[in-house]
Amino acid sequence: MTFSVQRRNPNEIMKLNRLGCFHQSKLSFLRSFIREFKDWRFKNEIFELDEDGYGTAVYSVSNRQRTYSLICYANKLDDSERSDRVIATKWDAAFVIHDGHPSKDDIERLRNNVPKQEVGRCSFKELALSRANKSVRVFNHVVESLSSGKQPDKELLNNVGYLYRTTAVYGSGKFGLADRYRIKDRPEINGPFRIEMMLVYLVRQFTFDQVNHIAEKKNPNNFIKLDIDLSRQLGIGNSTGLGMAPFIINHPALLHQWIYVREEALKQIREIKHVTNNELGIFKRCLEFSEKNIDNWNTSSQFQKAKIKQLRQDIQKFESEYDLSINDCEYFWDKTYKWTEENLSYEGIEYIVSLMMEPYDNIVSHLVPQMSADEDQFFNIPTERSTRELKEIIEKSYPNILAIDFSIKKSNENFWFISKNKEEPRIANRFEEDGSQLEQPLAIARDIKELYNRLSLDKNQKLSKFLENNNDLRHIVRRCYVVEKLPYAEIQDNSIDAELMPIDMLRLKLSFFGAQKFDPRSDKWLRICMYQGAPLMHEINLSNDTWIYN
Amino acid sequence: MQSSSEINTISKRAVKASGYTWGIAEDVGKSISSIEMFGIAGVKNLTSYLKLIRNNKPEGPKEIKRENYLNGKNLCPIYTGIKLIDDYQLVDETNSLYFLNVDYPLLLLPFVSRLSYLIGKRVGIAIDQINVECNLNICILADRQIKTSVIQKADTFSINIIENLDSFSSETWNELYEMSSETFVEETERLKNTAAGAGLQDND
Repeated sequence: MTFSVQRRNPNEIMKLNRLGCFHQSKLSFLRSFIREFKDWRFKNEIFELDEDGYGTAVYSVSNRQRTYSLICYANKLDDSERSDRVIATKWDAAFVIHDGHPSKDDIERLRNNVPKQEVGRCSFKELALSRANKSVRVFNHVVESLSSGKQPDKELLNNVGYLYRTTAVYGSGKFGLADRYRIKDRPEINGPFRIEMMLVYLVRQFTFDQVNHIAEKKNPNNFIKLDIDLSRQLGIGNSTGLGMAPFIINHPALLHQWIYVREEALKQIREIKHVTNNELGIFKRCLEFSEKNIDNWNTSSQFQKAKIKQLRQDIQKFESEYDLSINDCEYFWDKTYKWTEENLSYEGIEYIVSLMMEPYDNIVSHLVPQMSADEDQFFNIPTERSTRELKEIIEKSYPNILAIDFSIKKSNENFWFISKNKEEPRIANRFEEDGSQLEQPLAIARDIKELYNRLSLDKNQKLSKFLENNNDLRHIVRRCYVVEKLPYAEIQDNSIDAELMPIDMLRLKLSFFGAQKFDPRSDKWLRICMYQGAPLMHEINLSNDTWIYN
Repeated sequence: MQSSSEINTISKRAVKASGYTWGIAEDVGKSISSIEMFGIAGVKNLTSYLKLIRNNKPEGPKEIKRENYLNGKNLCPIYTGIKLIDDYQLVDETNSLYFLNVDYPLLLLPFVSRLSYLIGKRVGIAIDQINVECNLNICILADRQIKTSVIQKADTFSINIIENLDSFSSETWNELYEMSSETFVEETERLKNTAAGAGLQDND
């Protein structure tokens, strides 16, 4: 008989306190970006900065068929104007990915728009848009050091981890950018957020080139370049707020594909009968090296400190109590996973799950191309079906949500809205703030429960008939049929509860990006670091996939 | 140029702000971005219609019949469109339908286009004097220029389900088939025995 493992239960995995413990893995988008593009040609095409580092630069990524270009606009910014918040209107630098080689006209057209970000306009020739601010403390220190002929303080660089942090990265049709459908069939970007990952990777290179350039101009005779090893240990920071949270609710098919692929990878790994010493060796090395990343994970957030502490305890327990030797053990990874379930917290379990993927290129490489989704496929409501069937779908797919008591104030405390000032998502207390009449349709759990209650009172009938009098729940009826086909499409929690931690939603998404060093600044926004340890542009073709543990 | 995604999002929000539910607004957002891709002025028609209904409560048919109208009021293209796709099986059975006094009838087109996809048949439409055909939500054909049109009202909007019949005679088909058969290899007795997987008798 074939040994078969079930994928983990969506009703357990899709709880926010679990999703908020996910870590980067081999599936993460910035790692799959480097795997996909490592054989492309990366080049600095234009570098026209003045002595203070302001001006324009262009980087290209090409193969024989295609070229993508990053255009950078670096501008002077007073310290008083520098803000990572979405309400900011100026940044140290603004960036855009252009499809192909930009003409001079393109560069000038975009110069008048890209630095304005949300109030500028891009065209279908542009694919992603971003802006970033300097970590002034680190940036100035590096310039001062290099221009004096010294390398900067390694500890400071390690603590912060980047020279710049992006404060938003936009793609897929925002502000006139190309819609996803225009480029989705290109094989190199058959994975979510590939273009955005490309943008961040190239921005990282720009930060090194800019800091070297300024140091050279400041002291042409004594300056030295930033050491390659130090550069490699710097990534790009990112400040991320609530904008990401509704994304995972509004893209249920995509969310399903991400989680499904992770669960399928785990299932296939647990079903391996004979694990080789080489495979175990890769796991052990990644575990050992990854501990350095935990040690360098600094945060002032008490919430995150407790999670890091728990993770450290879990890893110590795993190393001291679990016998990491194969001997003649069959299904070693299944045994390992079961041990983590019984002995570790969610932080530790999900950490080990991520590491278990490291030896298995053969499994992961087949799954990564499945991490995109076409939401349109699931848009039509099958109105020929019966309300009884719909009720059964809800009972099967939403047992946790049906158990929530929405008659109490706590369960209804928050509402999601779009700010008029910045057209960005926000969350507020509905009992203290105005505006809940303009609530966004993101209270999925509440609306599911309401739909279930109405279905329970109604006689069995065709859905088309039911919708005649219940079109206020049409959005939620649509979701039920998505979840019926895609079981990991829905967060199994109440997104308007008083105890909701929005940063759990952010961390879920950012873990799939491949972010590290989650540093919550409140329950609603956090800073992260991307590409720390990644190969530099000139050495990308020599990189191996475990650079994240270097 | 506005992206398709922006057209979808802004249309959805505007429709919700005009008093429709979020679920219906989602359908309209998708509809407007789709007809804009077909080159039809969805944004212009929608904007004009939403201004029109600021002080009037829009209504659609309560149920789908052969002849659909409201007493003393025009039909809302959004509610009518939603009813068409929700009752797509009934529409298919009814075959020919008429809607009298429809506001901004071009806004009904994307719904009929989706209807065509749902029933797997082409759908012919007459908006008064203009003839249109929707083809499985792949394309919309019209016998006159409607791309930039804003049509405020149709006296009659008729829908005719086009059954999946051949557009050619059996003689024509046979002629074409004969030509295609020139790519086939004549099978000898030996090939009959060896060139396929299963046996000639599989009675076991």
